Amino acid sequence: MNKKAKCIRVIEYIILTILTILSVFPFLWMIIAATNQSVDVTKGRLLPGTYFLENVKHLLQSDLNYMISFKNSLLIAVITTTLAMVVSSCAGYAIEIYRSKAKDFIFNFILLSMMVPFAALMVPLFRLFTNFKNIPILKIIALDSEGSVIIISIATAFLIFFFRQNTRTFPRELVEAARIDGLSEFHIFAKIYMPTMKSTYAAATVVTFMSSWNNYLWPLIALQSEKKRTLPLVISAMGSSYTPDYGMMMTAVVIATIPTALIFFLMQKQFVAGMTGSVKG
Amino acid sequence: MYKKQKQILALKSWLFIIPSVILIVSFVFYPMVQAFLTSLQTGIGANMHFSGIENYKRLLTDTTFRKALFNTVLYLVVQVPIMIVLALIISSILNDKKLKGRGFFRTAIFLPCVTSLVAYSIIFKSLFATDGFINGLLMKIHIIDEPIAWITNAFFARMLIIIAITWRWVGYNMVFYLAGLQGIDDSIYEAAEIDGANGVQRFRYITVPMLKPIILFTTINSTIGTLQLFDEPVNITEGGPANATITISQYIYNLLFKYQPNFGYAAAVSYVIVVLIVVLSFIQMKVGDKRDE
Repeated sequence: MNKKAKCIRVIEYIILTILTILSVFPFLWMIIAATNQSVDVTKGRLLPGTYFLENVKHLLQSDLNYMISFKNSLLIAVITTTLAMVVSSCAGYAIEIYRSKAKDFIFNFILLSMMVPFAALMVPLFRLFTNFKNIPILKIIALDSEGSVIIISIATAFLIFFFRQNTRTFPRELVEAARIDGLSEFHIFAKIYMPTMKSTYAAATVVTFMSSWNNYLWPLIALQSEKKRTLPLVISAMGSSYTPDYGMMMTAVVIATIPTALIFFLMQKQFVAGMTGSVKG
Repeated sequence: MYKKQKQILALKSWLFIIPSVILIVSFVFYPMVQAFLTSLQTGIGANMHFSGIENYKRLLTDTTFRKALFNTVLYLVVQVPIMIVLALIISSILNDKKLKGRGFFRTAIFLPCVTSLVAYSIIFKSLFATDGFINGLLMKIHIIDEPIAWITNAFFARMLIIIAITWRWVGYNMVFYLAGLQGIDDSIYEAAEIDGANGVQRFRYITVPMLKPIILFTTINSTIGTLQLFDEPVNITEGGPANATITISQYIYNLLFKYQPNFGYAAAVSYVIVVLIVVLSFIQMKVGDKRDE
């Protein structure tokens, strides 16, 4: 390596180091703040404290219903993810396996929904879900129910696209062979396709769970009563109070971030694959 | 017999697709049409009546709407280019296989994507509070003498939103570029190096053109995302001071839940976002195509 190349390399390391510090610092600060008393956080203390359990205690004893909202978030995320995996994947599968002109048309139609901003749906969805209150069967997805948050995230253009794209790597001969063996179309999907495409499902699960866990705008509109609130709503409410208890607030944020951080560190590959919409192997 | 079997198969195949189609039609396309019809009506609550383009006319004279539109466009034209250039530079540095600690740097810079939008907004709000850590640090190293009013000064509040979004999304875009860079053959770079192209030239004439489809995709993606910006202004600045950081999405929300609910007007505002997204995506695709020639 000549002198100039070495010099460039040093600059590159400096840039990367600065960016790494900038990226990681807010995390470290959040964790440190969660272990300190609010007074120390405001003073700018940068050393881990011993106040974490105390903060947790305050959080659970406060009138924020933190545990209830944690359960709500978990329930909604798990049900949404489970249903989305079945409903969206079978659509993506069928569009690719039973290809026809009509299905290609439907697929393009579905993709078009990606362009629709949620902001444009806020008004009509709010009115629609309000009306569900008066219809017996649709009561379970009426406003202020877990169902209202779950139902709109089960079939998404992104997931259908993602599954269709990955179904291209699924060997078609398997379908033919299974048909000859007398398996029904549904069994082929459930017993052959699903187990074969494990890595695709893993990536899709990670993305769906994350976006459900972090969803803010629609739950903010749909879940109006205190006992139904999800974690982002509670954290947002904490942040807008006039005299925030920083230690407790950061404890709340840390606990809410643990599930997604865990998923990220355990399944980095699927995480990135799901995000970029590409899975190989 | 064979023909009949095929017909049954075709029929069965639709059973797989219909649930998704029903859901997407009922919760995306039907509301979309409904929103348009609502935007042609005025009235409070359930008492609505047809009023033609009255709501759209009102947009022209609405100063809060103008502010929201200005802010949204400002975030778009300032933040998206900074973020994309930064992500491109980082990913082309990290693409060098001889660089030590690539995995570590990549994970660290991607880490912000793990946080939810609300969570990181709250972290930034606390860090940038008037008596918060950032002001303390800047004062300690004597860059400033008095604390900056990040949240309550219009200029700094906008800057804070831009800093925050950039922090959250650079790593996300980087991952796309890194994936794209893996598809570029190393020999192209080696050949350019032998021909005497320096790092900047290689970046300008190889990396950027080769990544063009991905850059286009991420630009459209970020445009759609920024036009719908909601979580950050709501949780960092609450749209303030005096609506200085409000976005269109937040304005729609306020029209529905903060002020006297006005469905018709809120729907008209929301169609502005739809039109913006369609027009901007179209322009970006056109521009992306042209540079090919």
